[in-house]
Amino acid sequence: MAQAGSIPIAETVGVRAPSSRGRLHDVMRRRSMVGFVMALPLIALIAGLVVYPAVYAIYLSLLNKPMTRFVGWHNFVFLLNRATFQMVVFQSVLFAVSAVVAKAFIGFVLAHLMHAIPSRRQRFYRGLLLIPWVIPLALSTLGWWWLFDPTYSALNWLLNQFGLPSVSWLGEPGWARFCMILVNTWWGEPFFMIMYLAALKSVPEQLFEAAAIDGATGLQKLRYITLPMMRNVISLTVLFSLIVTFANFDIVRILTNGGPLNTTHIFATYAFQVGIQSGNIPLGAAVSLFMLPVLAIAAVFVLRGVTPRSQEAM
Amino acid sequence: MTAAAAAPAAQPARRRHASGARQRRWALYGSYAARGVFVVMFLVPPFYMLVTSLKSSGEISAQHGSPWLVHHPTLENFIYLVTYAPFRRYFLNTVWVTVCVVAVSMVISVLAAFALARIRFWGSSALATGVFLTYLIPESLLFIPLFQILGGLGLINSTWCLVLIYPTLAVPFCTWIMIGYFASIPKELDEAALIDGASWMQLLLRIFIPVAMPGIIAATIFAFTVSWVDFLYPLAYLYTSDQMVLNVGIIGDLVRGDVFEWGKIMAAALMAAAPPVVIYVFLMDYYVAGRPAGATKW
Repeated sequence: MAQAGSIPIAETVGVRAPSSRGRLHDVMRRRSMVGFVMALPLIALIAGLVVYPAVYAIYLSLLNKPMTRFVGWHNFVFLLNRATFQMVVFQSVLFAVSAVVAKAFIGFVLAHLMHAIPSRRQRFYRGLLLIPWVIPLALSTLGWWWLFDPTYSALNWLLNQFGLPSVSWLGEPGWARFCMILVNTWWGEPFFMIMYLAALKSVPEQLFEAAAIDGATGLQKLRYITLPMMRNVISLTVLFSLIVTFANFDIVRILTNGGPLNTTHIFATYAFQVGIQSGNIPLGAAVSLFMLPVLAIAAVFVLRGVTPRSQEAM
Repeated sequence: MTAAAAAPAAQPARRRHASGARQRRWALYGSYAARGVFVVMFLVPPFYMLVTSLKSSGEISAQHGSPWLVHHPTLENFIYLVTYAPFRRYFLNTVWVTVCVVAVSMVISVLAAFALARIRFWGSSALATGVFLTYLIPESLLFIPLFQILGGLGLINSTWCLVLIYPTLAVPFCTWIMIGYFASIPKELDEAALIDGASWMQLLLRIFIPVAMPGIIAATIFAFTVSWVDFLYPLAYLYTSDQMVLNVGIIGDLVRGDVFEWGKIMAAALMAAAPPVVIYVFLMDYYVAGRPAGATKW
């Protein structure tokens, strides 16, 4: 259709383009119609499988368990009054905040270490350091699970070699939380490293030279040059990672599945247990929706950081 | 007075320069050492997975000597899995889902990105923002309503449901990458083509896609990764082994009651992780551009 239609148009434009403004208007309208048609599959996908489920989730969360009648806010109130759910909220916040802080810190240190070496060799180290990020999370978590195994734990073997007692990694709430944060940090840190390394490379070298002439110490350079120049990237990375970490599912599901005694559930795994495993769809939908405020706030800030540059690019 | 002050100042400066070089060298050694430590720490789990996958069940349960070493390496776990029909089924299911998802996602996102970056229409910039917001929606937010919706469509426990919903995870970011690449193509190029009588479709197929090939590869890798690594959707929506995909199948199948066949689990995990790792090894730069870190580009 497009092929057949376009050639005559080009001809008419060539022969008598200046003739009428109406024709130009037609061409423009045609143009935006073509654009709309090309974007239609995307619009259908987002409308049908993202927007509609989101609205449907809100509707579901307002029903009773057999989904026969409206109960209003009952599910949300019920959850908030439940000790298990309060633990879920606490645990999700603890998990997301400490994992993101750890990733940001280690990523920052690693980016600086990488920046210090000649770029020829950076490639090799970067290749190795990105591996945690490349292995599918569910599968590498299996490897960690095996490392934390109560009977065969290879980590305990190492501890015993140094004369330290074995640790019940996943059997005790404090250690189980530590393990989850550790695995998440291990997995997500390469993302921070790449982002920070790219930001570091974009800091003009002259700034450091000027600071060196003024007698600035390394710490001062960090405080007054590196951090301000990287501020945008740092905040974007942290917000982005906060969203992903907060909504994480794989790690907790595989390592502890919420145990011992529901002390390590986070929103996603608890929603899965309540909604899919126990079959209480409305309550599960309500659990998921509790993530929404945090995600929405983070998303708004991410958008504010990203949009200007994308508009520029367009 | 000023000359006297300047002279001693120049002296330490030169000395500082000499010690600066030595300091820099030590800093370099230090950073190599620190990096070495990090590399070792990062590679511990995959290394241990590899070690375990080469052990027989007997050696794993015997528990003498270091668990970090293999005393009698064997490929029996890998051989078992290759000849084990359900595992092959999971592998084929995963490949089939991934191929479909990549194809569908790329068609949708290249068309949409072209429209959003070049043609523009009423509401196109709002849609671009919406696409980015969609990308930020995690899968764990909507899996329960999707469970109901897929149930209504009769797609629960069918690989088709993954083909239907994975594009929602892949398309937003693919579109976003492609908008960036398309927008960087000079406008003169399409004006010239349009004057020569090319249609929009020809413009896209003959000029934009070839020129933006690096973006296409990055987006393809992203779509591949999304559908290969996902764990939540198949866990929630699939339950029989003929429809199962790798990530969930490995756990469900090899954990029999309380017996964990760790050697086989680790071998299966390594085999399932191989395709993304191989792609990463050969196409590292595209891989990095095709994951969220590619955001640094814009």
